[in-house]
Amino acid sequence: MSEARSRILDTIRRGLGRGPLPEAQQATLRERLTNPPRNLIPARALAAPERLLGLFRDMAEEAAAGITPLSRESEIPAAVVNWLEAQGLPASIVTGEAPLLSSLAWEAAGIQVQRRAARAGDQAALSVAFAGIAETGTLMLLSGPENPSSLNFLPDNHLVVLAASTVVGSYEDAWAELRRQHGSLPRTVNLITGPSRSADIEQKLQMGAHGPIRLQILLLAPSLEAAVR
Amino acid sequence: MQPVSHAFKENARRALEDPALQRALGNLRAGFPSRRAAAIARLPEFDALRDCGRDLKEHAIAHLDFYLEQFEARVQERGGQVHWARDSEEACHAVLEICRRVGAKMVTKGKSMVSEEIALNEYLSANGIEPVETDLGEYILQLRGEHPSHIIVPAIHLNRDQISDAFEAHHGQYGYNKRLEEPSELMNEARQVLRRKFIAADVGITGANFCIAETGSTVIVTNEGNGDLTQLLPKVHVVISSIEKVVPTLEDVCTFLRLLSRSATGQELTVYTTFSTGPRRPEDPDGPEEFHVVLVDNGRSQMVGTEFQPMLRCIRCAACMNYCPVYGAIGGHAYGWVYPGPMGAVLTPQLVGIEEAGHLPNASTFCGRCEAVCPVHIPLPKMMRHWREREFERHLSPRSVRMGLAGWAFVARRPALYRRLTGTAVAVLRALAGRSGRLRSLPLATGWTAWRDLPAPEGRTFMQRWQRGEGGGAS
Repeated sequence: MSEARSRILDTIRRGLGRGPLPEAQQATLRERLTNPPRNLIPARALAAPERLLGLFRDMAEEAAAGITPLSRESEIPAAVVNWLEAQGLPASIVTGEAPLLSSLAWEAAGIQVQRRAARAGDQAALSVAFAGIAETGTLMLLSGPENPSSLNFLPDNHLVVLAASTVVGSYEDAWAELRRQHGSLPRTVNLITGPSRSADIEQKLQMGAHGPIRLQILLLAPSLEAAVR
Repeated sequence: MQPVSHAFKENARRALEDPALQRALGNLRAGFPSRRAAAIARLPEFDALRDCGRDLKEHAIAHLDFYLEQFEARVQERGGQVHWARDSEEACHAVLEICRRVGAKMVTKGKSMVSEEIALNEYLSANGIEPVETDLGEYILQLRGEHPSHIIVPAIHLNRDQISDAFEAHHGQYGYNKRLEEPSELMNEARQVLRRKFIAADVGITGANFCIAETGSTVIVTNEGNGDLTQLLPKVHVVISSIEKVVPTLEDVCTFLRLLSRSATGQELTVYTTFSTGPRRPEDPDGPEEFHVVLVDNGRSQMVGTEFQPMLRCIRCAACMNYCPVYGAIGGHAYGWVYPGPMGAVLTPQLVGIEEAGHLPNASTFCGRCEAVCPVHIPLPKMMRHWREREFERHLSPRSVRMGLAGWAFVARRPALYRRLTGTAVAVLRALAGRSGRLRSLPLATGWTAWRDLPAPEGRTFMQRWQRGEGGGAS
């Protein structure tokens, strides 16, 4: 296969009319990879911080995600129970090891919590988003023990806690935050905009193709001050 | 997939006479252009983003060797493997070797046009491994033994009764015996059937919309979530990508994400945009234990530095076919291979040869809508013209076309003769048309007049009118 590699690269270089890129040019390109410049970002994503939360809500709801506003973390268990009940589902969820969720009073709320990756037959999962992207109402979730990626796709219902303080304007802002906090990428980064859907049958949009049929965002905004970054 | 592009004229004629296909194509024409237009109207920067996307792709292609090497190094650093394949055979073989090593019996697949291009399903089946398509449209086609007719809505040519038939015929083995009619019921049944496949699969194969040199990540853009279940649940994730999908950075991908969904389905962003980097980490409770990327060339490296290089910018949004009057009339299968519409008319001759696919760049009215909607400004009509020139140079055009062009060239090089002949022709056509001003039939032009009237010239040529001082108020 290494022969294939050198043949492909040689053909590309011949087409470009040069040999391997000179070291000076490589250095310039490496610098671009190390400190990636931002390209054009739409004005919508550069809105003032106090408007980003509203934009996120509007765009997420347009993409058919549900939003439950909460003012305190301690309200999460009751909100989950209420939402599950409203869907006619048992009071049971699968979730990861996110610290935000582990200290909550789940038993008192009468809800069964299993901390593991998702399995076939799980009906509802709960995750914590790394960021919300206002531009398109998109959630960014990172794989790992805190939020196993299978929770995002296997159960029919996906609830996601999003702290208003983590809502940013653009995709670029979310990457910047990810680089700052984690340095490199986890195995999987999921950008999620609404629940699963397909229009493969006669171009008629149907919700719940293979991923969750419902996506509910528990939007944690302790106060207006905290919602403004 | 064995190309049948040489039979384009016959394929197109059959497509035009197929009432079920014509009904299905009506759904396409009614939906996509208006949704795209609405999404773009909401984003004032869209045109500037297109310029930016074009420039970024040109930058990536001008340094493609460098970025491919960087991508490979990052994949390896994260514990993944990169396999280089010059052609379909090498690509299929690489996938088969991986499957054999882990003892795979059944593999799930996310939608991948490159896997269609290399005919991976046929290859795996012939070697005793069952491939299962999981994208709803691709799954329907696999049951029917068909290939996609569109690069993002593969089953666009089907109506629901045909899908009902397919499920009724194949789902009995899973205990589903009731014939379903509603799209929601059909989709739910496919969801239940495919869930077992996702969980049972040994290897999951996806394509890639982008490969990122900065991080060694591959990116898929989907709405159903099948691509994610395909790559998350099995032990091994294999990505099949063509070489031109490499872009430098996460920031650069952001620009293409803003262009892709809006151009493709008119969505602000597709539901799932997934960045996969290496295999699962030691602490991860889920995800694949192995991560492989098969980089497929299949003729693309030979496009670098030629007049067809701009085609390597293509991000596979399908806007060109959604807006194409020819595609809208005949659908994708008539094109006879994997990539239909204007982008297929340019790419197919490169990948399967102009001898096989010479009809495709001729199947265009040159109305220019494809170029006008392309998110990375690919000059599709110009490149179709390049193919026509090559076809002519290699004496592949039909005799009638060659003789016609030779005759025209003879006359066009003799201005006096040209004026006399055109002057006579327009006068005769004018007289033939009579009061209606339209010609119902015309010898040598029945290909036109069999379907519609030919508007007659007004009686005098441009030169005649110019000489009589009808040049406007300039003088």
